[in-house]
Amino acid sequence: MSDTEERRGGLVGYVLLLPAGAWLTLFFVVPLVTLVSTSFYDPAGSLELGYRVTGQVTNYASVLSDYSEQFLRSLGYAATATLVCVLLGYPLAYAIAFKAGRWRNLMLVAVIAPFFTSFLIRTLSWQLILADQGWVVDTLQFLHLLGEDGRLLATPVAVVTGITYNFLPFMVLPLYASLEKIDPRLIEAGSDLYASPFTTFRTVTLPLSLPGLVAGTLLTFIPAAGDYINAQLLGNTRTQMIGNVIQKLFDGGSYPEAAALSVTLMAVIVVLVLAYVRRAGTEDLV
Amino acid sequence: MGSANDLVLTGVSKRFGSFVAVDDLDLTVPAGSFFALLGPSGCGKTTTLRMIAGLETPTGGRITLGADDITALKPYRRPVNTVFQSYALFPHMTIAENVAFGLRRSGTRDVKDQVAAMLEMVELGDYGRRKPAQLSGGQQQRVALARALINRPRVLLLDEPLGALDLKLRRQMQIELKQIQTEVETTFVHVTHDQEEAMTMADTVAVMNAGVIEQMGRPEDLYEHPSTTFVANFLGQSNLIRGELGGAEQADVVVDVHGTRLLAPGAQVPDGGREVWVGIRPEKVTLAAAGAGALRGANVLESGVVTDASFTGVSTQYLVRMPWGQELMVFEQNTGQHKGFVVGDTVDLHWVPDHTFLLDAGQDSAAGVERETVP
Repeated sequence: MSDTEERRGGLVGYVLLLPAGAWLTLFFVVPLVTLVSTSFYDPAGSLELGYRVTGQVTNYASVLSDYSEQFLRSLGYAATATLVCVLLGYPLAYAIAFKAGRWRNLMLVAVIAPFFTSFLIRTLSWQLILADQGWVVDTLQFLHLLGEDGRLLATPVAVVTGITYNFLPFMVLPLYASLEKIDPRLIEAGSDLYASPFTTFRTVTLPLSLPGLVAGTLLTFIPAAGDYINAQLLGNTRTQMIGNVIQKLFDGGSYPEAAALSVTLMAVIVVLVLAYVRRAGTEDLV
Repeated sequence: MGSANDLVLTGVSKRFGSFVAVDDLDLTVPAGSFFALLGPSGCGKTTTLRMIAGLETPTGGRITLGADDITALKPYRRPVNTVFQSYALFPHMTIAENVAFGLRRSGTRDVKDQVAAMLEMVELGDYGRRKPAQLSGGQQQRVALARALINRPRVLLLDEPLGALDLKLRRQMQIELKQIQTEVETTFVHVTHDQEEAMTMADTVAVMNAGVIEQMGRPEDLYEHPSTTFVANFLGQSNLIRGELGGAEQADVVVDVHGTRLLAPGAQVPDGGREVWVGIRPEKVTLAAAGAGALRGANVLESGVVTDASFTGVSTQYLVRMPWGQELMVFEQNTGQHKGFVVGDTVDLHWVPDHTFLLDAGQDSAAGVERETVP
């Protein structure tokens, strides 16, 4: 009897998997296969004339030699933005989790509030903030932190600032979730066992918030590395990221090269993420 | 030893907003003693403990340890360690790392050897490499104890340390804790709501209620000579009967209880009016058939009617309704020497006058009765 019950239980599991599985097959697996196979097409073809599947890897070789600069720049910008997000987001998440008291929910709403406006509008508004005649540039020039003809818009600083701003909530929310779960008694126990507040943070709070930190950095770094809106709206031709290149190739009809670039980006990110997660050792955490 | 390491609280208060958690508390914990702070939930015992640990700052008063004033000292600078309720073991560290935590902070050498020795003492020698989640409640409790004790604190604080364990394990840990305390000779301050736990382990028990200490002393003294109705009811159970003080008779005093003349030790007549509560513990009373003779000099209350008799194995617990309407409790040992009584029997209550205690009638006779409510 228990045998049939068990089998039915297994069946229910598969039935429950079905809708999401079908969805993923249709909208993730099929496009992914298409993407990878497109990357091996002969670049001589076009949408109108059709492509020949030649299985050649020249697409990869040519995009890597042509666009390695944008590639490295993307990873550099994404890493910088992620780091700034950690520096800004950790204290914020910590304050919301431990110090906010009855303001906690209001602060969480404030973190999420930007999502009520479109990503594009928010990025465009940074054009105004960082504009050459804007108060930010004026103030920095007054303080001599920026030269007379110095500017922020259309610089790497503007692009990284935009990315940081847009992805900060993705850092704060998982960090908050894991900080909030920490039993305050553990922090008291650290203090009771001769650890100063800083040592307690280093040995107790930080390791216990590591799952949130890892999740936050991944949620920030991965989309940031593939982002092109910020570079397009806040940057110039010398701040182009890999997303801009893919978009440009795509618009120009160079599908095989765009696909090869996309697959390369995906592969690089997967490798980096795997190395990072293994190094952080989060699977070891409770 | 001696008084050089006594823990002394002088006029210590703690207010949270308008709520007074601890009110002008004076307390001396002798060095090397096993001291229990006993009280119902919300009585201020945990707040008192946290102030000694440095986790709360007193609103007023001073806390000294030997010659050192530790009132304003940060918790991580106090020679005091705590065994937390629910243990608060660091989940991301192994057992050995947990136990070594305090020593690592103070930069001690040979940490490994000390940790091994300490784990051996709490019988967890083979568990050093495990994580807290892989241990049972009783084992985690011992790790928490080892983690605190390894630092050789001048005072060890225990916050309901056995609260999360089941009854059998709790009994076993009570004995172990007491043995360890005797072995290490450290001052233990133990907070609990469990009167039996406090009495079995502690040399000195302070009964706390509503932010003040009701009474403090050896468990036997508290039990036999409670000084307030709260202590009489919270430690064990008591019959409290209204009476009026009469004259003295040698070392005893005469009390008139609903027309019956009883004797009580004259040593502890409460101040105040002539009205008193006459207290007697249920197990001190013997039942006799109505009119049967009593021992010479015994206190006798006549003509009660048994309204309930419950056999518990070790004893039979009776409820006896007295002529003035009050129901009194009587616990008779099941010695098998005489037949029990049944509901409806008319009985007399006998006891030795020395077992009587007198309390100020101004107090609520039901104070401290609901001691079964768990925090």
